[in-house]
Amino acid sequence: MRSHDSDALPISIRGVTKTYGAVHALDDVSLEVRSGEFITLLGPSGSGKTTLLMVIAGFTRPDCGSLKFGEREVIRMPPHLRDLGMTFQSYALFPHMTVAGNVAYPLKLRKLPKDKIAERVEKALETVQLGGYGDRSITQLSGGQKQRVALARSIVFEPRILLMDEPLSALDKKLRDQMQIELRHLHEKLGMTTVYVTHDQREALTMSDRIAVVNKGRIMQLATPRELYERPANRFVADFIGDSTFLPVKRSGHLIEYRGVPLKFVDAPPETETLNLMVRPERIVLSPDGPREGANNFTATAVEVVYQGDSYLLHARLDDGTLIALRGGVRGASLSALPNVGDTVTLTLAPEDTVLIDGSEG
Amino acid sequence: MQATPANAAGLRVDEKLERMKLFGLSSPALLLVLIILVIPVGWLFFVSFLGGDGQFSLENYQRMVARKSYMRIFRTTFEVSVITTGLCILIGYPLAYFLSQVPPRIANLCMITVLLPFWTSLLVRTYAWLVLLQKQGLINDWAIGLGLWDEPIKMVHNMTGTLIGMVHIMLPFLILPVYGSMKAIDRDYVKAAANLGASPRRAFWDVFFPLTMPGLFAGTLMVFILCLGFFVTPAVLGGGKVIMVSMKIVSNIELFVSWGAASALGVVLLGLTFAILWVASRFLKLDQIAGGGH
Repeated sequence: MRSHDSDALPISIRGVTKTYGAVHALDDVSLEVRSGEFITLLGPSGSGKTTLLMVIAGFTRPDCGSLKFGEREVIRMPPHLRDLGMTFQSYALFPHMTVAGNVAYPLKLRKLPKDKIAERVEKALETVQLGGYGDRSITQLSGGQKQRVALARSIVFEPRILLMDEPLSALDKKLRDQMQIELRHLHEKLGMTTVYVTHDQREALTMSDRIAVVNKGRIMQLATPRELYERPANRFVADFIGDSTFLPVKRSGHLIEYRGVPLKFVDAPPETETLNLMVRPERIVLSPDGPREGANNFTATAVEVVYQGDSYLLHARLDDGTLIALRGGVRGASLSALPNVGDTVTLTLAPEDTVLIDGSEG
Repeated sequence: MQATPANAAGLRVDEKLERMKLFGLSSPALLLVLIILVIPVGWLFFVSFLGGDGQFSLENYQRMVARKSYMRIFRTTFEVSVITTGLCILIGYPLAYFLSQVPPRIANLCMITVLLPFWTSLLVRTYAWLVLLQKQGLINDWAIGLGLWDEPIKMVHNMTGTLIGMVHIMLPFLILPVYGSMKAIDRDYVKAAANLGASPRRAFWDVFFPLTMPGLFAGTLMVFILCLGFFVTPAVLGGGKVIMVSMKIVSNIELFVSWGAASALGVVLLGLTFAILWVASRFLKLDQIAGGGH
């Protein structure tokens, strides 16, 4: 799509702080986004992820810090000169303009000739699969179509950086899943550096090259989706991404013990004050034949068995009272082999799935 | 799934009953409108076509066309209304913009100062301006005391005084609908415009201003139509030099006891107001179509 220069811009954020009264919306945040990368800011509401995006877009002035697009410092540059595409959670499509009018607006501001504008608008609309929708009024569009128009408007002027603020949050689940894949493909095609904000962990895992988990104005962890899910830096990240049960474990010499029993593990645990064993429901398995050699075994009592169609969920209480969740497959005979409520069961965790994490909230 | 016929009939009755109840509830209001609005206006209309001898005649209307003084009065009325409306827009729009942008706490405080005069008597406000603006009034005294000008400036009993008073009284009617439409604008629109490359000025004219048009239009129309029939303020502050249609109606009745002539003026004013509303509604619809399908 881009004709003159095809290189996206890296974004360099250093030491950005923003306080509202006594609240640190952003607390000394630094983040390097590589050129062409799809990075997601993931966090609960009020974590500061949107504030960070607004700082990049120029709508929020930080107290201090540096922001560079490529080599250029832009922290004091007004938003209309930053030349980056952005989609808003509310879409922010101008209701007094048509679909084509909206998409043409950034080109008009850049004083492109009329025929060129028409050509680029149609091309952008085709890119988002809305070819021929130019004459429609904004109010005639469905949520998904509005989302596409907003996207077309943000890419039509070929910005080298694209910001997206929870663009899919207003769509229903099916459409959201479909748009996630489409956005991902579009990113691969256009190759612009993309910063995506969401509170939906699945969306982040599906789309991103890397994810920055944000909480209380700080970046808790910056990692690939896989690293993030399998080796979370602390309890907050582990809790926010996926479901897990945390068991307190103790260091005893060079052994790690859970209730006096040494654990078998593969990856070295972090050198932190407190340690937790993170148990993902899909990693722990039911062992009908009792404790298994070479693995970590837990005895528990089945509390609840929930059939969920594609899987079942077993809640079991460990001896120390902790409730642990286990997700199992429903293929073949395993369905009839499900335990009944009140049964004593053995749960097994392989050493490779035994993940020890920092027990603090970060 | 098919309802039994008996059931369907019952449901239809319920529907009808509900509608009749609604009509019953609104009937006192409808009756009141009929008695205090439709009947007097109809009577006014009737009287305007009666000549001095009590027979049907067009003389009241012919007089209006024939006499230059009447044309002058209509012209003054329109002049005052247009200038007042224009000044209200020039003062009210920026003020409404300011109110819509400041934090709610400050906006509410300012809104009270806008509305406070709105709640005090029209007469009190008008005479207050008389006190302020007259030759030995506060403004002249202070200005001379401060050395801004040497001789008292004539600011009242003329067009200037009339306009000052009218603008002050009409301002809330413009500010309220404009403020309403501004508050309804999603701030993301302006942000989006800026993000797409629009300078603050461009974003304002391309996005913000067009979206406030319905409110501005409603406010303008309201102020203009209220101005057309205004009486107290021009009568007190105009000092007899600014004669509007409403004042001529009063003098026709009080001085000449000519109900026919007064009624005819009233009918023409009413007709003009309807004409303006009709044109305006056409314009508004056109505007919506242009906004939707352009």
